[in-house]
Amino acid sequence: MWSFFANPHRFLGFSKVAVPIAIALGLALTAWSLYQGLWVVPPVPDQGGDIARAMFVHVPSAWLSMGLYVGLAGASFVWFIWRHELADVAARAIAPIGAGYTALCFATGAIWGEPTWGKAWRNVILYDSRLMSVLVLLFLFIGYMALRAALETRQKAARAGAILAMVGLINVPIIKFSVDLWKESTIHQGSSVLRFGEAASESAGIHPVFLLPLMIGFLGQLLFVSGLVMMLMRAEIFGQQADAMLARRLSGA
Amino acid sequence: MSPAPLLSAFRQALSEAWASGAGLLLPLGFFSGTAMLVPFTLGDQAETLAKIGPGVLWLALALASLVTLERVFQADLQDGALDLWVQEDTSISLIALAKTLAHWLISGAPLIVMAPVLGRLLGVPFDQMVPAMLAYGLGGLTFFLWGGVAAALAAGVARAGLLIALIAIPFFVPAIIFGTLSLNQGFDGSAILFLSASALFALGVAPAAMGAALRLAAD
Repeated sequence: MWSFFANPHRFLGFSKVAVPIAIALGLALTAWSLYQGLWVVPPVPDQGGDIARAMFVHVPSAWLSMGLYVGLAGASFVWFIWRHELADVAARAIAPIGAGYTALCFATGAIWGEPTWGKAWRNVILYDSRLMSVLVLLFLFIGYMALRAALETRQKAARAGAILAMVGLINVPIIKFSVDLWKESTIHQGSSVLRFGEAASESAGIHPVFLLPLMIGFLGQLLFVSGLVMMLMRAEIFGQQADAMLARRLSGA
Repeated sequence: MSPAPLLSAFRQALSEAWASGAGLLLPLGFFSGTAMLVPFTLGDQAETLAKIGPGVLWLALALASLVTLERVFQADLQDGALDLWVQEDTSISLIALAKTLAHWLISGAPLIVMAPVLGRLLGVPFDQMVPAMLAYGLGGLTFFLWGGVAAALAAGVARAGLLIALIAIPFFVPAIIFGTLSLNQGFDGSAILFLSASALFALGVAPAAMGAALRLAAD
């Protein structure tokens, strides 16, 4: 199965069609979700009123930041075992986008949390355990990119990056667990999107009014990110082909 | 597989520490100096210092491991020892583990010995520092193992000190949290057990990653 997808020509052919579709559809869905989220849905009084609309950026970026790190480690694993060059190209493309989404998740969480939780949060941004986990994830992304940038050859950068990404992934649950232990009483609400309780009870999940724009927004951002990753991969492949052509021309063959 | 390369790597790491610095005095000076700076930065209230003292020593331990990581594998790469180890039939992962243990003995163990004294200087009672000594030992081992992975990955990079620190910092998070929690809980709480578990986990996983990274550096 891997070999089928690992063929660069097959990938270039597929992504030539897929990139514009994914980016256009992703932007359209994201725009609709943001319009719904920022103008149509009612404000939530107990979540800070209008600032709770940050949810429509915060929640998809939180899921994507974690998903992209898993994707980075998965691509690294495939490259490390089967040495499919395309997997390394993917890992390299995922890293900056994942770091961006992680920073976005942290920033929106801090902006949302500070006025909403206020004194209960002690006005310290580095206080909530779930936000701290996101910040540690950001440092994992940054360390990965810094290591790749520091190594001279592509091959070495790919090998070292793959080892680091895999070691990082097995540490992520431990980091998450330890940060949760550090602040057992997080003020951040529990996971509420995938929970279906009775509407009136305390443990109720998210209200259906928000759920549809949120899920559409996540789908849109997911499509947008896939398109972006494929676009970066194409740029990387074309760059390599250009290097190879230049080398052939300079050698006079 | 013979144990001779392991012993020689271990002995070489120890003797390098004695030759290139003042041996154990250097880390001791580093820890004491860090502890000396604390009252200057955080004020002289006895209650404050006694409260944050053990945490400050955790920070000093993490910093000490970061400061010394750069030389752990880079010197072996430069003088060719790494190439010889890769050719041996002894596992390179075990050699990396031996080197890490030696590194921990040199840079981590002095803090364990000094912890009660430094803690006393900051006003932390002895009976709190004695269980903390075990935590410092386990936490230091975890730091040096994950830090060793970062150092091995960056062994081929010139002036890699800050890069190694940047890579290693997220991996220090669990040990530093379990360690500081165990200060308040003592031997009764679960934090010391989690700290031991994370040290054991690092002991199992980090040498394999170090071995893979060192084979890459030797290529």
